[in-house]
Amino acid sequence: MEKFEKLTGVAAPLPVINVDTDMIIPKQFLKTIKREGLGVNLFDEMRYDDNGNEVPDFVLNKPQYRNAEILVAGDNFGCGSSREHAPWAIKDFGIRCIIAPSYADIFYNNCFKNGILPIIMPQEEVDALMKDAEKGSNARITVDLETQTVTSSDGEVFKFEMDPFRKHCLLEGLDDIGLTMNRSDEIASFESRAATERPWV
Amino acid sequence: MSPKTLYDKIWDAHLVHEDEDGTSLLYIDRHLVHEVTSPQAFEGLRMAGRKVHAPDKTIAVPDHNVPTTPDRVEGIKNEESRIQLEALDKNATEFGLNYYPVTDIRQGIVHIVGPEQGWTLPGMTVVCGDSHTATHGAFGALAHGIGTSEVEHVLATQTLIQSKSKNMKVEITGKLQPGVTAKDITLAVIGVTGTAGGTGHVIEYTGEAIRSLSMEGRMTVCNMAIEGGARAGLIAPDETTFEYIKGRPHAPKGAQWEQALAWWKTLFSDDDAHWDKVITLKAEDIAPCVTWGTSPEDVLPITGSVPAPESFSGGKVEAAKRALDYMGLEAGTPLSEIEIDTVFIGSCTNGRIEDLRAAAEILKGRKVKDGIRAMVVPGSGLVRAQAEEEGLSEIFEQAGFEWRLAGCSMCLAMNPDQLAPGERCAATSNRNFEGRQGRGGRTHLMSPQMAAAAAVTGRLTDVRDLMAPVAEPA
Repeated sequence: MEKFEKLTGVAAPLPVINVDTDMIIPKQFLKTIKREGLGVNLFDEMRYDDNGNEVPDFVLNKPQYRNAEILVAGDNFGCGSSREHAPWAIKDFGIRCIIAPSYADIFYNNCFKNGILPIIMPQEEVDALMKDAEKGSNARITVDLETQTVTSSDGEVFKFEMDPFRKHCLLEGLDDIGLTMNRSDEIASFESRAATERPWV
Repeated sequence: MSPKTLYDKIWDAHLVHEDEDGTSLLYIDRHLVHEVTSPQAFEGLRMAGRKVHAPDKTIAVPDHNVPTTPDRVEGIKNEESRIQLEALDKNATEFGLNYYPVTDIRQGIVHIVGPEQGWTLPGMTVVCGDSHTATHGAFGALAHGIGTSEVEHVLATQTLIQSKSKNMKVEITGKLQPGVTAKDITLAVIGVTGTAGGTGHVIEYTGEAIRSLSMEGRMTVCNMAIEGGARAGLIAPDETTFEYIKGRPHAPKGAQWEQALAWWKTLFSDDDAHWDKVITLKAEDIAPCVTWGTSPEDVLPITGSVPAPESFSGGKVEAAKRALDYMGLEAGTPLSEIEIDTVFIGSCTNGRIEDLRAAAEILKGRKVKDGIRAMVVPGSGLVRAQAEEEGLSEIFEQAGFEWRLAGCSMCLAMNPDQLAPGERCAATSNRNFEGRQGRGGRTHLMSPQMAAAAAVTGRLTDVRDLMAPVAEPA
């Protein structure tokens, strides 16, 4: 997995609550059997009109945000389905970090498996960064996972909380499956115990 | 021993390893797999030269993008869908999974097939690359959706890295009124908690109204726990559960049944267990519900009116404006005056036999209003066969419904069943998000009875009006 350490980039403001996974990547794009190539369809129904033309008002279509690497969004981001196509599309577009007051559980988990950092901050701080992001491409925000800080374009520093295990995996780019396979003895002993206690399983 | 919730008990029974910071490795008893969220996981396995750790605990069934029209036996026309289905076929066969292909009468929506075949049992951990895995919580199983990377993790190791959620109790006291169903309970709860109210929690549903529900009703309630943001929904197993399970193909038999039953009977939350959050609703206060907006929390009793965005606060004001604009609705319009174009009865929320019986009961001797497109999509081939045996399919067809083959169908429109832009649908599914049933499509969520009533009148309708005894002509 790709590491996440530190990132300085343009932040796109998306002040919408309950952004669901159908908005992030509509179902017609879930028919792929690959992980790549979904970025062009990120936010497809908001980003393109019925004829497939770009909607100029949509944030990621504006010239200043076309290369955004950070997304600042509203409460309960990523609610809805478990589709990992949502973080795949976000990453494929080039966004590596999301800042929001809260996330839906499965989406939040999925981000970490793909080298995306989802940051949780109180509403007031998200509001402040949203204002900063609205300044456009000259307002570059810095996210530092090691120090758990976000620095706005005018130098204001915000701290954020992060689970130590998830932080470690992101910083090191660790593969979960490899880590778990190191515990194969523990899994085997669980299985032999379970075979006696719950043989019907 | 300190008192535990049902969630605590299942968690503890599946703990393989726990780090000091609480990061845990949890053993997975059942892994359900479908065609949309699994191809990349199997590809990952192959690239790393890994095997499926426990193929006997892995169940594969195609559901999301299979067409539901009878011509599907001739092959699937959409190339991308066909490739995904072929990939599942190849993966299930090569890795030796329990597999129900499209041609098998047991094929259907993964969350209907699992319980139907007795794969889902109390006290198990059940995962699937699908958020509505919450459905299986109705059996007192810890069941939740996972992403594709986690699908690969479970395939390779039969475990999942988890941190423990908090405990939330949702108690529904008293008795449901006529015309009010499990769907109305679960919608009403989301109306109170909001779509993020359960975030970080596992919900256990309790109370007399929950205990009185059949297994199918309980599955409907737990199915939508995810729409309230919860990781999972649970209902403690009881005689209703055991009765449902007994004799199913993969349920334990003989001495193992007795051994299983003895353990299952210990699966309840202790009286003085700790709850991080408690919500109580009175069943008598719950009316037949419909959604008006583009989030499952946008729900009201059918007797209500479209709310004014200004009646909300914070980010919800803008969200409600956007929702009304998308839905083509004006604040103040009585919900029962909203005209619909389409009716969809089906999905993992409401595609079981009792759902079809309830809808057929309303449709008996009635007709779908002229100009309304209406379809019933049974949740599995076996549900379909049962409905045909009971004469329900005849009632649906005589009323003017299309009688389809099993699949996810119009719940998520990954298959040919879709809404056109602006088309308004009374749906028994679980999500009313923008574009969910087709780009520009407008979804109102409700129970099967309510959807049947809407089909008859052509507008959102209080099903209780159609249930009232018809007066004899003078």
